[in-house]
Amino acid sequence: MRPEPEGGIVLNAQAIVVTSGKGGVGKTTTTANVGAALAKEGEKVVVLDTDVGLRNLDVVMGLEGRVVYDLIDVFEGRCKLKQAIIRDKRVESLHLIAASQTNDKSALDETRMQETVQMLKDEGFDRIIIDSPAGIESGFQTAASAAEGALVVVNPEVSSVRDADRIIGLLEARGIEEVRLIINRLRPEMVKRGDMLEVDDVLEILGVKLIGIVPEDEKILVSTNMGSPASLDEGNKAGGEFRNIAKRVRGEDLPFNILNDDGGGLFGGLRRLFGGS
Amino acid sequence: MFGGLFGRGRSKERVKERLKLVLSYDRANLTPGKMEELKSELLGVIGKYFPGAESEYDVSLEQQGDRMVMVANLPVGPSQEG
Repeated sequence: MRPEPEGGIVLNAQAIVVTSGKGGVGKTTTTANVGAALAKEGEKVVVLDTDVGLRNLDVVMGLEGRVVYDLIDVFEGRCKLKQAIIRDKRVESLHLIAASQTNDKSALDETRMQETVQMLKDEGFDRIIIDSPAGIESGFQTAASAAEGALVVVNPEVSSVRDADRIIGLLEARGIEEVRLIINRLRPEMVKRGDMLEVDDVLEILGVKLIGIVPEDEKILVSTNMGSPASLDEGNKAGGEFRNIAKRVRGEDLPFNILNDDGGGLFGGLRRLFGGS
Repeated sequence: MFGGLFGRGRSKERVKERLKLVLSYDRANLTPGKMEELKSELLGVIGKYFPGAESEYDVSLEQQGDRMVMVANLPVGPSQEG
């Protein structure tokens, strides 16, 4: 069942899983950027990497040098929860818990996951953003088990949309109703010539609420290379889309802007992307 | 139009069609092969009682509200034209 939630696109969920089914669509980049942007908005945020064995959120955020303990150390009692929480030095209210790089996904446990997220809530975190591993197996299920809301990241191409459809079905089967879609890596020039699914096409097919459109932008990759989420840099236009997502999560009603450097004008671009007449 | 002229562009219409079709099978938890089997068995039974109209049969999957339904248009008896 695909109920259309009433009201705005606000995400009231405190624990939000970022997921996609398909790998390589931008889950980790989204987690880092939306988490950082929410922290900049004043929320106390922890981003949680659950991709055990393939951890990457630490490098994307530029915090890899400070990892001592990880999520599995917490699960298995090798450290206290607080010891595994790394505080970001750029934004005071931003925190990371890394995934283990040495264990495999069997070390994940739904009960432990739920307990840990509850403890983070008790610690006063406003938001727990959980970066899910790719796939639909136990890693994803465990990541989703502690969440009340979800950000589904999709690229406007056939395999990503198909996998997103599957993931949305699984999230709903788990009773997660606050599901919001981020269309990532949209290429306006391809949409313009009819060679890429438009925003409206993806929404029509998947039947969930849109919360962000992030165009393909080299600056995102450059920021990732530098270990500094683009959304932290006010001068970075690409990061601005992630800042908008964070604001919409918090209930702000913002228009969907497309960064379009081809000189075609913002509104022309918007009309095209939404398939308007 | 331009797709025809220049051999590129408009591939999104094709991908949208293909996606809708594949998702209708995914959501119904049915494979296209199973669907074909079901269809030919179904049509065999109908044809036994109303021979001669098989070429007009149309069976498809479509989304109706929150569920997938199989829609069959099965004329019974011969065409009235001619």
